[in-house]
This record gives sequence, structure tokens and C-alpha cells, in this order.
Amino acid sequence: MATGVAAWLPFARAAAIGWMPVANCPMPIAPRDNSKRQDELIILNVSGRRFQTWRTTLDRYPDTLLGSSEKDFFYNEESKEYFFDRDPDAFRSILNFYRTGKLHYPRHECISAYDEELTFFGIIPEIIGDCCYEEYKDRKRENLERLQDDQEENKDLKLPNMNFRETMWRAFENPHTSTMALVFYYVTGFFIAISVITNVVETVPCGSTANQKDMPCGERYTVAFFCMDTACVMIFTVEYLLRLFAAPSRYRFMRSVMSIIDVVAILPYYIGLVMTNNEDVSGAFVTLRVFRVFRIFKFSRHSQGLRILGYTLKSCASELGFLLFSLTMAIIIFATVMFYAEKGSSSSKFTSIPASFWYTIVTMTTLGYGDMVPKTIAGKIFGSICSLSGVLVIALPVPVIVSNFSRIYHQNQRADKRRAQKKARLARIRISKSSSANAFLQSKRNGLLNELLELTDTEEDEQKLSKSISLLESQHHHLLHCLEKTTAHEFVDEQLYEQNCLETAIQTYPSRSPSITSHDSSVGTCCGRRVKRDTPLPNSSLPSTHPVATHQSPLQELSAIHIQCGDPPSHGASRSNLNLKTDNSGRTNCQGGRITTAIISLPTPPALTPDGDGLHGPPQRRPPPPPGHPATPSIQTTTSSAGINIIKVSAL
Amino acid sequence: MKSRSQDQSLSDSRELDRSYDPLTGSTIDDAELSTVCYRPEGLDRLVQQTNFSKKELQVLYRGFKNECPSGVVNEETFKSIYSQFFPQGDSSMYAHFLFEAFDTNNNGSVSFEDFVISLSIILRGSVTDKLNWAFNLYDLNKDGCITREEMTDIMHSIYDMMGKYTYPCMKDNAPNEHVDKFFQKMDKNNDGVVTIEEFLETCQKDENIMQSMHMFDNVI
Repeated sequence: MATGVAAWLPFARAAAIGWMPVANCPMPIAPRDNSKRQDELIILNVSGRRFQTWRTTLDRYPDTLLGSSEKDFFYNEESKEYFFDRDPDAFRSILNFYRTGKLHYPRHECISAYDEELTFFGIIPEIIGDCCYEEYKDRKRENLERLQDDQEENKDLKLPNMNFRETMWRAFENPHTSTMALVFYYVTGFFIAISVITNVVETVPCGSTANQKDMPCGERYTVAFFCMDTACVMIFTVEYLLRLFAAPSRYRFMRSVMSIIDVVAILPYYIGLVMTNNEDVSGAFVTLRVFRVFRIFKFSRHSQGLRILGYTLKSCASELGFLLFSLTMAIIIFATVMFYAEKGSSSSKFTSIPASFWYTIVTMTTLGYGDMVPKTIAGKIFGSICSLSGVLVIALPVPVIVSNFSRIYHQNQRADKRRAQKKARLARIRISKSSSANAFLQSKRNGLLNELLELTDTEEDEQKLSKSISLLESQHHHLLHCLEKTTAHEFVDEQLYEQNCLETAIQTYPSRSPSITSHDSSVGTCCGRRVKRDTPLPNSSLPSTHPVATHQSPLQELSAIHIQCGDPPSHGASRSNLNLKTDNSGRTNCQGGRITTAIISLPTPPALTPDGDGLHGPPQRRPPPPPGHPATPSIQTTTSSAGINIIKVSAL
Repeated sequence: MKSRSQDQSLSDSRELDRSYDPLTGSTIDDAELSTVCYRPEGLDRLVQQTNFSKKELQVLYRGFKNECPSGVVNEETFKSIYSQFFPQGDSSMYAHFLFEAFDTNNNGSVSFEDFVISLSIILRGSVTDKLNWAFNLYDLNKDGCITREEMTDIMHSIYDMMGKYTYPCMKDNAPNEHVDKFFQKMDKNNDGVVTIEEFLETCQKDENIMQSMHMFDNVI
């Protein structure tokens, strides 16, 4: 029941009076509305703009936020209103939905912002009214395509765990990913071109020899052309087999259009090899050669435009079908008319209706070869009508096809442009993010320096260094600090890290036990005590730390101070990737657990990740940030170490 | 709202199109706009005329006006509103009879006053008033007595609302059987029609019916 008419329920119930006297059995007991709530005005404060409505208006749609008890979470006791910290402009249309029962999509809104609002308020977008639904769907589709393009970009990042087969497939599909792939791409392209040119040149008359007249080149230099052909086919065969091997789903690959074209391109050669040089079959053999021209379609792997054209034609199938159908109808009609009109005239070329088809087609497409011409007056009249109507019939579906092509082509252009812009955008984002992380490092350095100075009693300098930072910043820094303490590692910036990586020595423990890959449960000995790591990271599917502990203990005992190599994972394209300065895939962090008197924190992988952690909290599931940090005895001062005296932590 | 027929949407758009006069069914231009938007009489008068309180009338009017911004309900809207409550079956016939009953001055549209006065009788009236109203509903040609044909029509319309999917399966002669039972019960002098006196008398003696009349006390 559309709850929009809920207000009329009393009327519907009253109308049941018509059933009472005719009923033979007693009626069920009516539900009582015990909450005898008077209809009251509700104030909805959305980011400062106050909306007011009746409670019953909102109650119309009980499965939304505003209509259910969920809004009680937003009730503000002091001001006796419901406060929502959302966009008031978008809220307008949402509230109108309750009032009028129709949800409209305001065209100036961004589609994803609007979607978010709808999701927040628990309204499904399918109920958008007909007036706005098309627009909404179009924009949503556009947005989705844009997102898909972005995702495809992310897929290009090399996943560390790809086996050979997957690498090969990726190389085939995206030539720009590696040099080998590019080389392969160009080589195949070159050979396709060679093959096509060979086919063409084969038929060109090459000049006459002594005893024979003009021969096509193919027959003159049979061997040479045969060698060329063989070479090309070999390359194509190898390529096809490689693709077949690398394809993730071989069955699907074999059914795809491109692979069929490949097969059709190379099959004639093999069939030709197999077939004997019999006179009877040589006719068929010649026909097979025609299929060699399909090699030119292999270019569609190399050319975006060709693919777009093919895709357009596919998507315009209905228009093309209509064109074909209407043309056929018109052809038949006019051919018949012309045949009967020209029947009387002598020596008429219009010998039958099918013979007139040729005339009709040539006339309707405005070709007009002139090999068949009407001679009677009636014939000429109908002939002119035929040519006039031909123009119309063809002109109708063509703009549809053209507009489709244009739309798809522009979309592709947009995708390419976005791809180019993306790198620059990401770089800029990275820079801006790094500044905030650097703030933490900076403040830490300041803090450390301060401590040092304290200890060495140089007061003047202290003032210089202590910058005033806001409460928010300090809380954030505290958070990062807690993280550091927890993992007993520290944040550093890039250069320091690389520096130390070069300098490290000694043992490298492959600290990664397979079961605890990215779950950096580092049980650290902090100040001699065992710190059970309480993972502050959300979403880390960390099993209990106990199993970890058992793994740790042997290592712990082995060496007090030891250096670990952690292998931080970095898979998953997510927002945290933007924060990662360095690509950690496969890189082992060999670090030195040297206890130095330097006020340097020892090498750790990029400091930025916890930034994302602390601030945003992972929006999607992703492994906790790479903590393959090893021991970081950061400060060893002459006297005692303030907090970070530590050390020998084995990180996994 | 579920999809409506072409006619329905046309009539709706015509209703919303302010130049359409639902009374005469013709399109008038802006000069004669004033006749279309119907306003009810004052709230106080309505309070006097009905047994509803001010607040109740306010709630009722808000719902009414929301669905019919022009202030009057025509039969199509009436039917569509009523059908929202009975999605399985076909409620159009019963809604038609209802409309006839609500439309006391027979002008093809139900204004808010008609609406609220009828509601007042059904929901807040005395038992006798309610029974009178029911009789009025059944008496299709308003001649003071219910004939067998009228009753059959009413019965069919009620059974139509059930739709196809019922348990037990709906037999084709179920309405007719029901009509027979009704006449057996009501028609005391066996003259083939039920008069208002017979109706009132039988109903007042029937406990079930009396009980069900009290069901309406808490609807609003």
C-alpha cells in the first residue's frame, strides 16, 4: 500500500460499514491506538536550516530514517529538535518526498552526493518520480562508467602475487604496463601490416617475363611470398597460443570475438598446407585465401577507434536492423513497380523483378551507375520517386548511429584524458598529504630536541622550538604516538629510511611467518616488559595475539637485539594508497637495530600510512599498514631514555 | 503510487491543470479560474455540523487536501485512493457505490464537507444513524428499499475486492448464496425487497451487527 494515502485510512475503514450488515459472522476486534498522540509539529534542523512538518507526514514512510524511531538518535534535548548535520539543499527534496509522495532529483545536485543523502535517510532511489527518473539514471550511469574507468586504472598496479600466467595476460591486455608487452604489441602490429600488404601486393601484376604475359607478383615470386606468409602465420599462431595459455578463462577467451578473428586469420594457411594441389579443390583454396584479409581486423586490438566503431555498431543493432528492413521493403516495392512499368518497352534491361532490384538499390543509394535506365515515361516517373525516397530512408537511422558513435567516442576520450590527469592529481594529493604527516615528524623532532635540550639545559633554544599547536593537532599527534608505542616502531620520513636501509648490517631475519602475514602483531618488549599489542587498527582481522605470541617467543629469546626484515604488504587499492609514498611491494625492509646515540628514529617504511589510519579509519577492508618496523631505539641519550628506549622487537 | 491507467493520469493532470472544471468537465481558461478551487466552509461551522473536534478536522483536511489539492474528489480519484488499500482485488465497483453514497447532492464530486459529514455519521454517529447510512449505501437508486438486484450488485462488488487468491477458493455463486442468506434474514414479509424498517429491526436484533457497529468508535 502506498503509504502516501495513509491519511485516507480512516475513510477506508469507515467505508467498511457497508460490509457490516451483510456479514454473517462477527468482525475481528479493531486495533486500538493507545498512543493517542496528537499530531504535532516536528522541527528538523538540518545544518542550521529549520524545517518543520507534522509528525504524521513523516510517519507515512515508516521504513525510512525520518519515519522510524531511528530519528530519535538525532534528537537534541535542549532545543527539542532533530538535528542532522547534512546538506540542507538536498534535504529539501527529501522532505518534499514525505509531503507529496514523490521524490524528485534536483538537476544541479551531484549524483553521488544525492545518492549519499538518500542512503543516509533510508530512501531507495527507485521511487524517484517519472519526471526525474531518466535524468537520474543517465547521470548515475555516467558516474558508474567513470568509476569503472578509475578502477581499471587501479588494476594496473602490479599485484605482488601474480603468477607468470597472470602477468602475461596483463601484458597482453595492457601493452603499456611493461616494456616486453610494448615490444610484443608493436611486433604483432608490424606483422599484421606486413601480412596485409603482402596479400595486396600478391595480386599486382609484376611485369612480364620472357615466355609469359603479365603475371601477378604472387605467381612470380611464389617462394618469397610463401615465406612471408609462413612467417606471419607463425607469429600469429604463437601469439594466439600464448594468449590462450594466459587467458584466465580459456573457454571465454575462445568464444570472444578477437580470438575468433585470430583463428580465422590463420586457419586458411593451415588448410592450404594440408590440402593437396588438386585442380578440383584449388578453387576452394582460392576462396580460402579471401579469409586472409580478416587479418586486418586484428588491428582492432591495436586501435581504440576501431573497437569503438565495432561497439557502436553493436549497440546500434536495432537501428541498423530498422534501416535494413525499411530499405528492403522499399527495394521490393520499387523493383516491382519498375518492372511492370518497363515491361512494355522493348529491349528493356528490366527482365525480372530480381533484376530490377539492382536498379532500385543503385538508385536509392543515389549511386546511379546508369547500366539500367528506365525508358518509358511511367518508368521515369517512378524512377525519380524511387531516388527521392531513397535519400529519406537512408537519412533517417544514420543520425542515431552517428550520435551513438559520438557519445561512445567522447566517453573514451574523456577516459583517456582522465587517465592522463590522474597522475598529476595523485601527485598533488600526495604532496598535500605528506605535509600533514611531516607535521607529526616535525613535532616529534621538536619534542625530542626539546627533551635533549632540557637535559643539556639550554633553555633559550627551547623557546624557539616549541611551536604552539592546536588541540586537534596535539591529539592527533598523541594518537600517532600511541601507535608508535604500541608497535614499538616509529615514523620517519623517506630519506632517513633509505639512508638507513643502505647502512644496515648484520642479520636479516625473515621475520614473516606465513600465517601472520600482514597482521603485524608485534609483541614488543618495551622497557623489558612484554607489551601485548592491542591493535588500534579497525578492520584488521587479527586473530588473537596469543598464537602470535608463541611464534614470537623463540625469536625473542634468540637475540636481544636483532634486526628484522619485515615484508610489509601493500595490497589493496584503497584510499590508503594515496598516502603511501613508497611502493612497498616486495621490498624487504632491512633495518638496523642499532642502538645509536643519534636522535634519529630508525628506518621504517613510509610514515604516511598511519596518517590515513588515524584520520580516516579505513573505509574499506584493508590490511593494517605496513609495520614491518623493526627495533627503533630512537633516543639513547646519555642519561636515560625517556620513553622510547626500546628495542628489540621482533616485528612480523 | 502504482501505475495508473492512461485515463486516470489524464484526469489527474486535468485536475491539476487549473483550467479544468471537474463539475462541468470542460476546460476553461484562466479568466474563469475562480470556480475551480473549492474551499470548504469554515472550520467552526464544520465542527458544529459534525461530531469531530477541531484538531480531528484539521488532520482530516490535511490528508484530504494533500490527495486532492483542488478541494474536491471526483470518482476516479476516489476509486484510485480506495484501490490502494485493496491491492489484490478489484475495488472499483464498491468504490463507485461508496462514491454515490458520499456524494449527497449528486453532482459527481465529493467536497470536503460531504466527506466529513459522512465520516462523522459513520464514525461518530449513533447506531441508528450508522445503520441508516448503510441502508443508504445499499439502496442504489435511493428509493427506500433494497431489491434483490441491488443487493446482488453490492455483494458482487464486495466479493470482487477479495481478488482471485483466496482460501478456500472463491466459487462463482458465493455472492449469490450470500444474497439469499441476507434476504432470508432481512426480508420479513417476503415481498422480495428489504425496507428500511425491516433492515433496522433485523439489525438491531442481531448481536454481531451491533457489535461491529461499535468497531468504528476508535477509527479516528
